[in-house]
Amino acid sequence: MNLPAEQTGDFIPWEDADAKPIIRFQGVTKKFGDFTAIDNLSLDIYEREFFALLGPSGCGKTTLMRMLAGFETPTSGEIMLDGQNIAPVPPNKRPVNMMFQSYALFPHLTLADNIAFGLKRSDMPKSEIAGRVDEMLSLVQLSKFGSRKPHQISGGQRQRVALARALAKSPKLLLLDEPLAALDKKLREETQFELMDIQEKLGTTFVIVTHDQEEAMTVASRVAVMDHGQLVQVATPEQIYEFPNSRYVADFIGDVNLIEGAAKSVTKDAAVISWAEGLPDINAAAPEGLAKGDNCCFAIRPEKVSISAEKPTDAANALPGKVLDIGYLGNMSTYHVELGNGQIIKAQVANQRRLSRRAYTWDDQVWVSFTATAGLVLSA
Amino acid sequence: MFNPRRLFLILVPYSWLFFLFLVPFGIVLKISLSDAALSIPPYTPQFDPEGGWAAIRELFSGFDLENFIWLSEDNLYWKAYLSSVWIALVSVLLTLLVGYPIAYAMARSSEEWRPTLLMLVILPFWTSFLIRVYAWIGILGSNGYLNQLLLWSGVIDEPLVILNTNWAVYIGIVYTYLPFMVLPIYATLEKLDGDLLEAAEDLGCSRFQAFWLVTVPLSRPGIIAGCFLVFIPVVGEFVIPSLLGGSKTLMIGKILWDEFFSNRDWPVASAVAVVLLLILIIPIILFQRQQQRAQEAEQ
Ligand SMILES: Nc1ncnc2c1ncn2[C@@H]1O[C@H](COP(=O)(O)OP(=O)(O)O)[C@@H](O)[C@H]1O
Ligand SMILES: [Mg+2]
Repeated sequence: MNLPAEQTGDFIPWEDADAKPIIRFQGVTKKFGDFTAIDNLSLDIYEREFFALLGPSGCGKTTLMRMLAGFETPTSGEIMLDGQNIAPVPPNKRPVNMMFQSYALFPHLTLADNIAFGLKRSDMPKSEIAGRVDEMLSLVQLSKFGSRKPHQISGGQRQRVALARALAKSPKLLLLDEPLAALDKKLREETQFELMDIQEKLGTTFVIVTHDQEEAMTVASRVAVMDHGQLVQVATPEQIYEFPNSRYVADFIGDVNLIEGAAKSVTKDAAVISWAEGLPDINAAAPEGLAKGDNCCFAIRPEKVSISAEKPTDAANALPGKVLDIGYLGNMSTYHVELGNGQIIKAQVANQRRLSRRAYTWDDQVWVSFTATAGLVLSA
Repeated sequence: MFNPRRLFLILVPYSWLFFLFLVPFGIVLKISLSDAALSIPPYTPQFDPEGGWAAIRELFSGFDLENFIWLSEDNLYWKAYLSSVWIALVSVLLTLLVGYPIAYAMARSSEEWRPTLLMLVILPFWTSFLIRVYAWIGILGSNGYLNQLLLWSGVIDEPLVILNTNWAVYIGIVYTYLPFMVLPIYATLEKLDGDLLEAAEDLGCSRFQAFWLVTVPLSRPGIIAGCFLVFIPVVGEFVIPSLLGGSKTLMIGKILWDEFFSNRDWPVASAVAVVLLLILIIPIILFQRQQQRAQEAEQ
């Protein structure tokens, strides 16, 4: 990474060379027949992390998680838990619990019995089980519902029971496979914060699978972006957002303008990118390894693009265009500006005042501008 | 409100019940209250439709409970009822022991195979029940295929006596009624969510514990339905005990047959049938309630 994370806390074990990971994938490959679901993947996850696996459907997230739980074995490579290879340990003997995407609550048992299910299989004395169940029920705010059956509660409550059941045995590692996918948007957002609270309170290592990038960004201490069974980037949410290492990541996380071009000149810290005839070149910071003449891609987030009626005098980059479309999102508006060569640039502007009249409207001639460090030159 | 469509929909099952169950039952009940006689049909009093009210009154005055008292005095009948219930219970247990693994294997097989396996379970129904039971005589007899095989392979020196014992009856019943056990259990097992078993394992169960704590309780509605579907018809079973069972095999179906056709004592035979029905009504009602509850639980 070219810049350190803007971490406020001190919890950055992945930057500490002495820190021992709780989970280590070493060159893990998983094949189903001829199909390679996980492709020579290496990854370290540290204790107390809230780690998110993010990627499109079918990229191998669930497979990775099922290997941790013990339901799949790697075709090659090793998975270490606390320094021990866990390949020979069956699922019921691993200090790992999983919260299933379907919740998988036992329909014939009450909520309390669901939560007690794992405890009864452990060496916890019988007398302590009831207390532990109550503790877990109150952790997820379902104390009054212990004697209900799963079909007698709402989807959001079921989700919380599944969480409580998976946490009851105090696993070293909790796996959550798309835990919030079945909830509606509002409940999902609330639950994300609840999950973070609970994780913080218990200090358990969480590995969450999701295909929702906002969710991953919200809850995780680090995010691994996956594609076709490989890790594309593993970093904090801030790093992933501000310094994506590839076009794939930039495009997958949030909204982005991508401009294809070629490096016209490259100095130590500045690059000039030509990208369309008759339009001004783009001035940007040069990434490591970029050479003159290389094809590259300039990526810039819409909120870092300004829009004005007159050509700004002090901007490093200013491009003329016309307003094609305006999206009103309540808290902000997105302007789609078409440049001379047909390239569309999205610019996001906060709506700080209640709009009585927009500053720009459809077909207005405008300038989009941004500083030299607002965007990122990606070579891949 | 009067709704002819609804009335029709209700009328169809009720008239079915009325004409094909209540009316025949009424006739059997009437015969059971009559006395045996050397006539055609072989009982008295008989109803004379031309006699009007007087004939009806005369008919009722001829009724008595003599046959039922006879049933309670001769302990052959009670023994036969008890023995039938006992044989039915043992058969249910054996059918369950054989049927559950079959249903389980079917539900665990790959999806493309399931329709074929299901067909194979139902297939025997497409040939005559009687022929299939006769075939067992050829298999189980002292010179039958089973004994030949066992003698040839050296497992035994003397042929086993299976035919004409209760063992043969159990084999015949398990064979015949197996689909009634397999199908309802399969239906519940097939719906079972595989995630539940993985969740059980994840929470510390061995494979066997997961089966015992999750699969079995969740297939309970199927087990109960299967048990009733086997128990109810087996209590009154006649063909299997009379073809495969011996003289010591006591079942009420056989007694019924003997009373009707050997003794030509229709009234006693009818009384036997009425009592059999009363005995079976309890499990039938229990079965109905269980089905209803299972349906409600699904909603
Ligand atoms: N048991 C399996 N047999 C064959 N292919 C599988 C199996 N499990 C997963 N796959 C394949 O592996 C790929 C990754 O699956 P999965 O890990 O479930 O993806 P994700 O959770 O990211 O959506 C998919 O293409 C899927 O079809
Ligand atoms: Mg998945």
